[in-house]
Amino acid sequence: MWRYVLRRLLQAIPVFIGTTLLIYAMVFALPGDPIQALAGDKPIPANVLSTLRDRYNLNDPLLVQYGKYMWGLLQGNLGENYDGQKVADMLGGRWTVTAQLALTAWIFELVIGIALGVWAGLRRGKVADTLVLGGTTLLIAVPVFVLGYTAQILFGLHWQIFPTAGTDDGWPMSYLLPGMVLGSLGLSYVARLTRTSLAENLRADYVRTANAKGLSRARVVGRHALRNSLIPVVTYLGVDFGNLMGGAIVTEGIFNLPGIGQQVFQSIQLKEGPVVVGAVTVLVLIFLLVNLVVDLLYGLLDPRIRYE
Amino acid sequence: MKTIDPGAADPGPPGAEPEPADAGAGAGAPGTAAAAVAAAGGGLGRASLWDDAWRELRRRWVFWASAGFLLLVALMAAVPRLFTSTGVNEGCDPNDAKLGPSGAHWFGTDLAGCDYYAHVVHGARPTLLIGVAVTLFAFVIALVFGMLAGYYGGLLDALIARLTDVFFGLPFVLGATVILVAFPSHGIGAMTLVLVLLGWTTMIRIMRAQVIAVRDADYVQAARLLGASDRRIMARHILPNAIAPVIVVATLNVGNVIAGEATLDFLGVGLQYPKVSWGLQLNLAQDSFVDHPHLLIFPAVFLSATVLSFLMLGDAARDALDPKLR
Amino acid sequence: MTTELTRDVPQEPAAPPPLLEVDDLHVAFRVRGHDVRAVNGLSYTLGEGETVAILGESGSGKSVAAQAVMGILDTPPARITGGSVRLRGEELLGLPERRRRGYRGDRISMVFQDALTALNPVFTVGDQIREMYRVHRGLGRRAARDKAVELMERVRIPSAAQRLGDYPHQFSGGMRQRIMIAMALALEPDVLIADEPTTALDVTVQAQIMRLLAALQDELRMGMVLITHDLGVVAGVADRIVVMYAGSVAEQAPARELYARPAHPYTRGLLASVPRLDRRGDALVPIKGSPPNPAALPPGCPFQPRCPRAEALCAAERPPLVTVAPGHEAACHFAEEVHGAGAE
Repeated sequence: MWRYVLRRLLQAIPVFIGTTLLIYAMVFALPGDPIQALAGDKPIPANVLSTLRDRYNLNDPLLVQYGKYMWGLLQGNLGENYDGQKVADMLGGRWTVTAQLALTAWIFELVIGIALGVWAGLRRGKVADTLVLGGTTLLIAVPVFVLGYTAQILFGLHWQIFPTAGTDDGWPMSYLLPGMVLGSLGLSYVARLTRTSLAENLRADYVRTANAKGLSRARVVGRHALRNSLIPVVTYLGVDFGNLMGGAIVTEGIFNLPGIGQQVFQSIQLKEGPVVVGAVTVLVLIFLLVNLVVDLLYGLLDPRIRYE
Repeated sequence: MKTIDPGAADPGPPGAEPEPADAGAGAGAPGTAAAAVAAAGGGLGRASLWDDAWRELRRRWVFWASAGFLLLVALMAAVPRLFTSTGVNEGCDPNDAKLGPSGAHWFGTDLAGCDYYAHVVHGARPTLLIGVAVTLFAFVIALVFGMLAGYYGGLLDALIARLTDVFFGLPFVLGATVILVAFPSHGIGAMTLVLVLLGWTTMIRIMRAQVIAVRDADYVQAARLLGASDRRIMARHILPNAIAPVIVVATLNVGNVIAGEATLDFLGVGLQYPKVSWGLQLNLAQDSFVDHPHLLIFPAVFLSATVLSFLMLGDAARDALDPKLR
Repeated sequence: MTTELTRDVPQEPAAPPPLLEVDDLHVAFRVRGHDVRAVNGLSYTLGEGETVAILGESGSGKSVAAQAVMGILDTPPARITGGSVRLRGEELLGLPERRRRGYRGDRISMVFQDALTALNPVFTVGDQIREMYRVHRGLGRRAARDKAVELMERVRIPSAAQRLGDYPHQFSGGMRQRIMIAMALALEPDVLIADEPTTALDVTVQAQIMRLLAALQDELRMGMVLITHDLGVVAGVADRIVVMYAGSVAEQAPARELYARPAHPYTRGLLASVPRLDRRGDALVPIKGSPPNPAALPPGCPFQPRCPRAEALCAAERPPLVTVAPGHEAACHFAEEVHGAGAE
């Protein structure tokens, strides 16, 4: 088991470096002067430009720039924005908002998704199955922003079941509707994955054995088949938590939640490179960490993986 | 007997993989009788799998409904004049802004008083073009590099695998936004490039896994024993057996790319006015949705229905190609 | 019986019902709106401590029949269309599911062919064996654990207590099959159905497993239904042999009798197609052709298309089971003649 953990850990390092380098290169090393480009059309005095170039190590080769940036990051320093504000401070309180949103969406995916999947998987080919398959396909097909606006207009304005926007009502009330919108895509995948996986496992030999042992249907399905069926689902759920953090950009915009996504989006529009890189780097870090945890969990769930 | 008769030796899991080779391969490999037998067997097997899949597909209303709708959208994209005589941003009257649907304007008018129906029709082209082009490029990348990585393994494989991981770790919307903002003036071509850059990973992973699964099959070994070159083995024996799941994912991918592109347009970092696309229409009208729902409904319905059609087509193809699920 | 001898009873005293009686069992599968008959009238009787071997090619319906007896057929698509299965005289078909479930694993158990897939990969073997005691007997964690260790020792798994926490994939094929057997025998059932218990194993291990099964059978006085396609496995173990072909009984007889004087051309063909130590030098003769498609059985004798001595009658009329000797039946129009000819 420890060898497995160590191996996964070692594998994650090059991926982390690669992904962050990619983002860094994209933001700071694209053609043209990055300061000029990031400042947009505003003219910059020459002395300010050179100070800035120095301050952001832009006169160094890309890899050195990146190295310095990562070194700062390791010490918990996300750098400064062009207006001198610390990026870490700008993002600070916003993490809570995004984390609450992502968590709401994630719980929604987990609970409703698995429930729907089990319901459909046990009734393969029946009405329930068709209903779940059709409904989830529809949910996948409707882009999140369309879904977001529709939900906001219908549930927020029209029927007034949920707050329309903002975080005034706190968690969970303010986060329910945005969470469901954000989680709808993942929910669909979770439901479909659970359904297919369960239906497949129900035909497995060991389920026949469990029946031959005289176990009750509930035990055969709930203990024997489901445990195996949930292995791919858990993997997906883990990977998706990272996606949720990143995908919050659209949902936070529609529901006016002051989270990371909103900040990143504003910063992209205002061409505040350091903020974008800082936020995205942390997001990627979270994504990779969650993936790592999932991989380990996977090893725990499926003993066959552990001893490879 | 078993080892030199690939056609017969692989009754194997008929599931995801179609049978090997095609009948033409036999004629091209003169000499051994075994090769001819192999090719004939493979030819039969292959024909029956794709034939079965097609027969299965034909029976489904879902297939016909999605194919029908996509044909309509493709027609809109190719010859918009068939549907509307109004060009992009033509005949706009700011006095008639945000009108609801009427006889004169079937889908109403937008914020600038332009005919919304005409814009929905014209919006089909960029949407569909980007969706298909991105998928096609990613598909080719997946076939070539997935094949090489899976077949040769080793350093190349490790390199490709790590690179895939790196790109996979990049959140799509964020990554695309960062690049697109850096290139402020981008058209359909640049959008395609960006979406390929961020979306090539899914298919290559599947292709690689497929190739690895097929690589050591008896009929591939047999072909190798008979002296087939690597190129020939890859093209004639592995490719036909590995491609079916990739095709399914590619079909699904078109839908996903379209949804992704629309999201970027909607965020204002994708295509820019005066171009027309469904996502852009929704972006421009987003502040008026509450009072003028038609501005949301029409582009959204076309967008969602197009994505839905690709998804259902992909699902239908998967079911048809996977006899296990029948 | 002894006390009542004084009174002259006209009819025989009711004999205790046999352990397991399968009578004219029919199973069909619903495939694309058509019924495919997988089992067409299978009958056999199993006594205490006795072994009945059911012999047949793959697709002959032998496994389906076993699952029907066990009550674990996937319904739909499968469906029992007729016949009866009685355990000590009690009809099992049509029993409420709850009651039937209580019998499974407790009074009738089953060992499957491939223990690697038949055991749940994500639970430890200890967990899977303990489950029998916990569910059927309501034993506590501790007690169930002790029982499991005892059982694993009984099927001769070395250092059983340490291996309790291991997963199926950590065992060798033979050891895994022992786990499977331990699980099936946990509650000391009356009947054990062994479905190709050694097919997935190496030849040397096969013999060990068969010996183990035989020893345990003796110990527990179980009846055993041994399902196999392998004449070699049957030879030393079976008391009676039922030969199945295309879903129905081709021939059944005591083991020795069947080997010595087969009365069905199919059985004869089977015997001629395997090497035997007592027949060294004889050429092996394969049976031509392949088993019929159960969805389209010929109207007459199902073996007719492959039969070396088929005549016009065979294609037209399905032969009934005829008794050629006490306890020896065969479904062939020419059973008497074939029987009379003895083994070649």
